Amino acid sequence: MTVTGGVVIVGGAMAALRTAEALRRHSVTLPVTIIGSESYLPYNRPPLSKEALRSRTLEHADLAFPLRDSVAHVQFVTGREVRSSDLESGIVTDSEGDDYSFEFLVAATGLRPRRSELAANLAGVHVLHSLDDALALRPRLGPGARLVISGSGFVALELAATARGLGCQVTVVARGDKPLGLLGPELSAALVDRHASEGVRFVLGHTIAAVHGEEAVEKIEISSGEVVSCDVYVEAIGSIPNTEWLEGNDLDLSDGVLTDSHLRAVRESGQPWPNVYAVGDVARFPHWLAEGLPRRVGHWSNPTDSAKHVATEIAHALDTGVTTADFEPIPSFWSDQYDFHLFSLGLPELHDTAITVQGACDGGECVVEYHRDGRLVGVAGVGLRSVVQGYREQFIRGKVAI
Amino acid sequence: MIKISVDMEKCQNYGQCVFEAPTVFRLNAEDKLEYEATADDAERANLEAAVDVCPMQAITLVD
Repeated sequence: MTVTGGVVIVGGAMAALRTAEALRRHSVTLPVTIIGSESYLPYNRPPLSKEALRSRTLEHADLAFPLRDSVAHVQFVTGREVRSSDLESGIVTDSEGDDYSFEFLVAATGLRPRRSELAANLAGVHVLHSLDDALALRPRLGPGARLVISGSGFVALELAATARGLGCQVTVVARGDKPLGLLGPELSAALVDRHASEGVRFVLGHTIAAVHGEEAVEKIEISSGEVVSCDVYVEAIGSIPNTEWLEGNDLDLSDGVLTDSHLRAVRESGQPWPNVYAVGDVARFPHWLAEGLPRRVGHWSNPTDSAKHVATEIAHALDTGVTTADFEPIPSFWSDQYDFHLFSLGLPELHDTAITVQGACDGGECVVEYHRDGRLVGVAGVGLRSVVQGYREQFIRGKVAI
Repeated sequence: MIKISVDMEKCQNYGQCVFEAPTVFRLNAEDKLEYEATADDAERANLEAAVDVCPMQAITLVD
């Protein structure tokens, strides 16, 4: 038994740190233990697709979140993966076989990159999710390097932009015909145009059929039949929630950890566990913008928002006088690709109709509203950040109306 | 009194801090960040929230 009692947070990234900080802010004095599979203390991930690849020297210390005095007594366990859990008994077990008993458990295990089975063990095959991923990829990106990216989400396109800046030849292969289609057809087309004008080649509506090479990747075969020479192949084809360690506990783990509106993990019967919560990318919670349907939210603001919420839930459960309400966040995220500075509020991915309400999506500044069944669910802007920010009041009012 | 410092080399004007501490941070007409150099202790929770959400981790507070 390594640790007894208190709050055990499984996962060692931003959501875990923010949970610990917020617990202390609510004067929860229980011991807090954070168990993370990476060898690093919590760090900031957005630079991984940008500054961490452009710099030759950037390291963990440059990305590490400052540790406030309030978390001085938090025990950080790094380089250990929690492998199993018994929620009835209140115990989780890590990769070394050590047990941790808990009064409260917070699942903050996030996601891992989805991998194809095409490219086992070839050098030059990468993903981009963790700092170690970025450090492994960066020496391979340079003038003339032939980079093939599978996928067309944010990671894929930010990497494409960074790699072009480093002088790589970049080919993006994606199954769909609209990269970042969650932003609607016009912004998607504008993004593709911007990348194309920078020299990125798109092969859309196709997938990777085969990866060829002896010890290192040499050629990529696309489902169109085309074969391209390749020095670096990056798979950016989505993510898988890390929930295997929670199996066997009567939870719905079909896509992350299903929770109720208080972020309490729910049993298959629908009854919530009173002391088990999920935060960050791994939490699938009823979302007010999705008419209460459960969703996982991978946007920037969510780890912090959900962490703060769970801290209030734990403080409330301890009768500290802290009150709680349904978790009703207003998500926000941004993406930088070249001088294309995208900023969004809400959940654009829910839209059935995208309307450009200001400017034009032709590479210049614009604002796009996203509606579903006639209701505003999201907004995004290229530039015009103040205008997009102005929508926050509308979302707050929308919450009250619902 | 809390002193606020923003590393303007790092700041990319994402404006996340504006949501958390609107009395201290704002985006101007050119969408560039402007902020008060000092704030009352009552703003501490909001300021710490702003520090947390900054995508570039560019904000520091000095007591």
